[in-house]
Amino acid sequence: MYDVTVIGAGVVGGLVARSLSKYKLRICILESENDVAMGATKANSAIVHAGFDAKEGSLKAKLNVRGNKMMEAVCNELGVKYIKNGSLVVGFSEEDRAVLNELMQRGITNNVEGLRIVEKDELHEMEPNLSDDIICALYAPTGGIVCPYTLAIAAIGNAMDNGAHLKCNFKVTGIDAAENGYKVSSENEFVTTRYVINCAGVYSDTIAKMVGDNSFDIHPRRGEYMLLDRECGDTVSHTIFRTPSKMGKGILVTPTVHNNLLLGPTSYDITDKENKDTTAVGFDAIINSTNETVKSVPVNKTITSFCGLRSVGSTGDFIINSPVKGFINAAGIESPGLTSSPAIAEYIEDMLKADGLALEVNPDYNPIRKPYYSFQEASPEEKNETIKENPAYGKIVCRCEGITEGEIIEAIRRNPQPRDLDGIKRRTRAQMGRCQGGFCGPYVTEILAKELGVSYESITKFGGESLINVELTKGGQS
Amino acid sequence: MKDLVIIGGGPAGMSAAIAAYENGVKDILILERDENLGGILQQCIHNGFGLHKFGEELTGPEYAWRYEKKVRELGIEFKLNTMVLDVSEDKVVTATNTQDGIFQIEAKAIILAMGCRERSKGALNIAGSRPAGIYSAGTAQKFVNMKGYLPGKNIVILGSGDIGLIMARRMTLEGAKVHAVCELMPYSGGLARNIEQCLNDFDIPLKLSHTIIQIHGKDRVDGVTIAKVDERRKPIAGSEEYIPCDTILFSVGLVPENELSRTANVSLSPITNGAIVDQDRQTSIEGIFSCGNVLHVHDLVDYVSEEAEIAGKAAVEYIKGTKDDSVLIPVKTDGKIRYTVPQRITKKKDVAVYFRVSNIYKNVMIKVSDGDKTLLSKKKIKVAPGEMECITLKKEIFENAKELYFSLEEM
Ligand SMILES: Cc1cc2nc3c(=O)[nH]c(=O)nc-3n(C[C@H](O)[C@H](O)[C@H](O)COP(=O)(O)OP(=O)(O)OC[C@H]3O[C@@H](n4cnc5c(N)ncnc54)[C@H](O)[C@@H]3O)c2cc1C
Ligand SMILES: Cc1cc2nc3c(=O)[nH]c(=O)nc-3n(C[C@H](O)[C@H](O)[C@H](O)COP(=O)(O)OP(=O)(O)OC[C@H]3O[C@@H](n4cnc5c(N)ncnc54)[C@H](O)[C@@H]3O)c2cc1C
Repeated sequence: MYDVTVIGAGVVGGLVARSLSKYKLRICILESENDVAMGATKANSAIVHAGFDAKEGSLKAKLNVRGNKMMEAVCNELGVKYIKNGSLVVGFSEEDRAVLNELMQRGITNNVEGLRIVEKDELHEMEPNLSDDIICALYAPTGGIVCPYTLAIAAIGNAMDNGAHLKCNFKVTGIDAAENGYKVSSENEFVTTRYVINCAGVYSDTIAKMVGDNSFDIHPRRGEYMLLDRECGDTVSHTIFRTPSKMGKGILVTPTVHNNLLLGPTSYDITDKENKDTTAVGFDAIINSTNETVKSVPVNKTITSFCGLRSVGSTGDFIINSPVKGFINAAGIESPGLTSSPAIAEYIEDMLKADGLALEVNPDYNPIRKPYYSFQEASPEEKNETIKENPAYGKIVCRCEGITEGEIIEAIRRNPQPRDLDGIKRRTRAQMGRCQGGFCGPYVTEILAKELGVSYESITKFGGESLINVELTKGGQS
Repeated sequence: MKDLVIIGGGPAGMSAAIAAYENGVKDILILERDENLGGILQQCIHNGFGLHKFGEELTGPEYAWRYEKKVRELGIEFKLNTMVLDVSEDKVVTATNTQDGIFQIEAKAIILAMGCRERSKGALNIAGSRPAGIYSAGTAQKFVNMKGYLPGKNIVILGSGDIGLIMARRMTLEGAKVHAVCELMPYSGGLARNIEQCLNDFDIPLKLSHTIIQIHGKDRVDGVTIAKVDERRKPIAGSEEYIPCDTILFSVGLVPENELSRTANVSLSPITNGAIVDQDRQTSIEGIFSCGNVLHVHDLVDYVSEEAEIAGKAAVEYIKGTKDDSVLIPVKTDGKIRYTVPQRITKKKDVAVYFRVSNIYKNVMIKVSDGDKTLLSKKKIKVAPGEMECITLKKEIFENAKELYFSLEEM
């Protein structure tokens, strides 16, 4: 029997599991997909929001500001790239300026530090590529960027290194009361547990209903993105937001921690929680908006586009509560959910403590996780040392991002183990560059098959039926 | 210290090495990141290579082997599994492999022969889902020809570049069904010979002025929606058609791999995406040469080999201090002619100028002029972007020119 079972291996579930792994608890993470970080966590803006957006007094506001303060230390411990690049909300008119002033006031109430309005001259010095039509901006120096799926992977890996279990391809279909807790089942397996933490993203309402909590609904809201080549990462250095309007926060332009340029998201309410399609209308909206805010964005340097679903809760705020004994919701975690995730974890830890769960410190707990080795970032001397120790680091597999065979093998051998091509991509960046795996895909497939001890043709892109190859050729032999 | 370092052991790199050796520079090192010499030809197991150069039809590997054999016979040094990471303006090459770790070599001259890669699907912004079953044609070629796996059975191909055409036939021969090859433009960018032999002979429809507007499928592709496009290449409402398939292959162009040229500060042309060179294929940096598909995308490997010989010979002249750079004549184009290689001429010697046009034109006059003076004109019945053209200029006609302006007039 587990003490705590976390449903959903996104950034929220990951950080919850990690913060509980400090204690002598048996922890299990259940995830319906073939890998962790497959929900909103892999497709969002990756912004560590400063905290001026959320309504004063809301849980969102409180956890956003707290999460923002915690993020740097958490990323340091987990070896995750985080850059405090600062955010700018740009205004085109005096009406916009009024909104920016309101935002600043709200930010001050929310305890956001360092906010100020920058005027045109200073602004254009800070960001020479901004449109000349922009007259001022709200500057938030505490805004930052982080790689969201790396954070989730690192948090789950660290929790596992500290003893937590992860079960992928475990889609929770039922939760029943059991002695001292719950029986959490999928179609063909089950676990028993004293506590359940519901971090199931867009499906968190479905999970809550399994214990009779019908108090909220979650609906999906589509957000599409275009990601540009690293050549374009220097177009802007801050995260550029538009002044929010009735239509929402609008489309931002931001560098990523890997120095790509990210454009998006769109915002459309949809009904199908499985539909992550991009749309032609969405692309047009992104391109048009970007052209208004930033001069000369080379949209033809797009290397990929994608779509994430926001978990919009019916209450308007994060839903973090315990509707029945031993069951905690972390639902409706839309933006700024990534930013808030460390604070959500802390909040839930406090809830469990208050509920009387004995939190005895695990003496072996190690909060530090070594980052995945990056050959490209190493010094020449260090590279030589590494290659001498393990020649696989001398063999570059992904040419676009300069990723070696050694790095791919390391990623496969570490927690949480990737079992498909996309899993390798998110851990190492192999296949993530400008050729999108065109060259290295066949090699990565080979390395993965060998390491997992499975056949070449059984390798998938992201689990399920997403097979890469369908059969041997006429002359082929395995 | 080496006299000559060549980056890339494809047909261009090997041919340049052989030419340099035969012209007297023997201290040569070829660096190749793959485990074999031969470059992209290793996976091109169809025939049709070498007709121009050797007068016979060879497969890609056979063609490559002719050069590899020569490289081995001459004892030209090469390192495989060796990735070049950096080339500096003062000709220091940094590379890595499993035996030597990271190492640096200083060279008197460098030839860049890194080839090209395929443009990825990402650049196209096609709406829909992102399932498995989407590959570039070259990746599919590698799966089928090198790994022995079939990536799918019901195929739609976007783009009618040569690799796409070749793969349409290859997949068909392997028992897959190719439902259509869609081409955005009103003409194919592939060789006429490939359209005949790879599509028509197998009754595979080529849909010109068509594109994929949506990809369907959750885990694996289960279909595409295609549509006809107007003159502005925008989809025409009402022309949509759904084609069930499990695989989409993209053959939407090749991009020269010039990351290293950039580290060396070599000036690049925004049109060819390759270096700007003189008739000897010397780049803007003295002693650094560029040839093959890294310079501009060629239709046939035969031309790659020829170009590389030029670069190999010239590198020898540079090393020996005999390279003649007595004039400077820029070569310009009118846009209908998209680009030329070389883009400048620095010696008074007969020169072959290669060029591509930007559209299909019929009955045209290609003119080479210097100001108001027409130096040469040549009639052509048909020119197309997919077929590289060449005009040889005798030194007498351009010796005293200020510039050479290539233009195309429709008659
Ligand atoms: C377009 C967009 C932009 C955003 N931008 C930002 C931003 O810039 N900054 C910011 O702070 N936040 C942002 N967010 C919000 C942030 O991405 C999310 O709040 C965060 O990723 C939520 O993490 P999660 O772990 O709750 O959910 P998810 O990552 O969705 O994880 C839920 C997991 O639960 C699993 N699951 C679901 N059902 C079951 C089941 N029955 N059994 C087992 N497992 C199940 C899913 O497979 C999934 O892995 C954005 C969100 C979107 C969509
Ligand atoms: C997928 C594909 C299919 C093709 N099919 C056909 C066809 O059917 N018919 C036809 O006539 N032509 C075809 N071509 C074109 C033809 O093969 C090329 O014209 C020819 O191979 C180009 O020769 P190259 O030496 O310039 O480049 P390549 O053959 O690409 O050789 C370049 C070499 O440089 C190496 N290299 C690159 N960067 C580095 C580095 N940093 N360090 C070390 N080594 C490096 C590469 O590994 C490669 O071996 C095809 C091209 C491609 C890309």
